[in-house]
Amino acid sequence: MAWTRKDLIAMRDLEAAEILTLIDTADSLQEIATREIKKVPALRGKTIVNLFYEASTRTRTSFEIAGKWLSADVINFSALGSSASKGESLVDTAKNIEAMSPDVVVVRHPASGAAELLARELACSIVNAGDGAHEHPTQALLDLLTIREKKGHFEGLSAAIVGDVAHSRVARSNIHGMRKLGMTVTVAGPPTLIPPFVQELGVKVAYRLEDAIRDVDVIMMLRLQQERMTGGLIPSLREYSHYWGLTLDRLAAHARPDVLIMHPGPVNRGIELSPEVADGPYSVILDQVAKGVAVRMGVLFLLAGSKTGEAA
Amino acid sequence: MSKPPVRVREKAQVLDATALDRALTRIAHEILEKNGGAKDLAFVGLRTRGVTIARRLVARIAQIDGATLPVGALDITLYRDDLGMRGAPVVRSTDIPFSIKGKAVILVDDVLFTGRTIRAALDALIDLGRPRSIQLAILIDRGHRELPIRPDYIGKNLPTSRRESVAVRLAEHDGEDRVIIQEPLSDEEA
Repeated sequence: MAWTRKDLIAMRDLEAAEILTLIDTADSLQEIATREIKKVPALRGKTIVNLFYEASTRTRTSFEIAGKWLSADVINFSALGSSASKGESLVDTAKNIEAMSPDVVVVRHPASGAAELLARELACSIVNAGDGAHEHPTQALLDLLTIREKKGHFEGLSAAIVGDVAHSRVARSNIHGMRKLGMTVTVAGPPTLIPPFVQELGVKVAYRLEDAIRDVDVIMMLRLQQERMTGGLIPSLREYSHYWGLTLDRLAAHARPDVLIMHPGPVNRGIELSPEVADGPYSVILDQVAKGVAVRMGVLFLLAGSKTGEAA
Repeated sequence: MSKPPVRVREKAQVLDATALDRALTRIAHEILEKNGGAKDLAFVGLRTRGVTIARRLVARIAQIDGATLPVGALDITLYRDDLGMRGAPVVRSTDIPFSIKGKAVILVDDVLFTGRTIRAALDALIDLGRPRSIQLAILIDRGHRELPIRPDYIGKNLPTSRRESVAVRLAEHDGEDRVIIQEPLSDEEA
C-alpha cells in the first residue's frame, strides 16, 4: 500500500499494511549494501538532520549511512556542545533547524513524546529514533525484517521479550509491531522491571526465564541498563545474571532448537547474554545491525521520496 | 496521492501469440547477428515484464546457439526523475547476480514511450559497473520520445496517440500472450 504519513513516530500508530510496506521497501533496498558503488540518486537534493539528544552509535550512524547511500545531504546535530547545552528548548532548537529547510529531521530524545511534539510543531517529516521509554520504531522494523528473513512469515510466530521491559522503548515498539502482524508475545523479567498493566498491550507475562523461552520462535533479550541497579530495582547485577542471564545450558534445556536470539545492542556480555550465546549459532544480532541501514533507507525514502512538490 | 484508475477499453489488437513469438525469435537472431554470437552477452530486464521478455529471449538464444546467458532484473524506482511528483512509489529489488563489467548488456523492456525509464535504467546500470556496451531491446516502440534514446532491436513499431495506452500481456503474468492498444472511456461511458 502507498505510504501517506508525514512522520514515523510510533509502531502503535501504524496499520499492519503500513508496517509491511516499510519492511518490503527496506528489503528491496538491502541489495545496495552489496554493490561496489553504494549510492543511488533517490534523495538527491534532500536534506536530513540527525538531531540527537542522547548518546547513540548504531542508530545515528545507520541513519547517516542510509541518508548518504540515498544521496541526501546528512547533517548531524548533537546536543552536546550545541545551543541545547546553553538552555535552548527542544522546540526552539528544532524551529531553528527547520529554518534551514531540511526535508527530514531524525530525533532522539530522553523524553517520551519528544518526537510527536516536533511532528506537531514542524512542517518537515520527523522520524522517531527513540524517545524516552516510549518507542523506537526503526529498531522494531529491523527486528521484524530479520525475523521475516529467518522465519519466512509472521503469522502464528511467538516471541519472548526478556529483561527491563519497563524502561525499554525497543520492547514497546516490538510488542506493537509483532501483535499487529499476528505474533504472540510474552514479556518476562523481574517484577520491578515489568510495567503494571502491560497485559493491556495484548501480551502474556512470565516471571521466570525458563517459562518465557519455552517453545518460542524468537527470544529478544533487552539490555540491562546498569543505572537500574543504583535505582534499587534489582538487588545486584550478579543476581540478575543468575536468574535472567541467557546461557547455553538454559537454551538447551528449555528453548526450541531453531529459536532466534535477538538483542538490540549494545550487549552486556555475561549479564543478560553469555558470550557463547551472543556469538552462537542461534544469534542473529549482527544480522539485525546489517538490516538497520536498509530499514532506515526505507523509512527515509518513503518519507522524503514520496513528497509531492508542495511543502509537506 | 494516487489518481483513481482511468477506465479503458480495448481499441485494437496489435500482436497475437504467434506474432509475438515471431517477433521475439527475430530479435534473438538480430542480437546474435549484431554481436557475432553469444559471447560476453548478458541480459537485464526492467521489472516486471521486461524481465519476462529477457528470459524468453535468453531461452530463444539457447535454442539457436546453445549458449546459457545470465538474466538480471533491474528496478529503476530510485533513479526516476519524477520522484516526489506522484506520491510514494513502490521499490522492488534489483537482482543482477553477475558482474556486468566488460559485458555487452542487452537491456530489455516491453514498451518504449518517452524514454525516461530507459534514461533511469542507463544510470542504474552504470552505477553497477562499466559494461562494454549497452543495447536496447524493446517489444513495442510507441513513439513520443522526450529524450534522445533509440532502441537497437524492436519487436514492432506502433504509432499511437498520447491518450492511448499499450498493454503487453504475457502468459507468465496475464495468462495469455498478446499486445493491445487501449483508449480511455469517454465521460458518458465511464
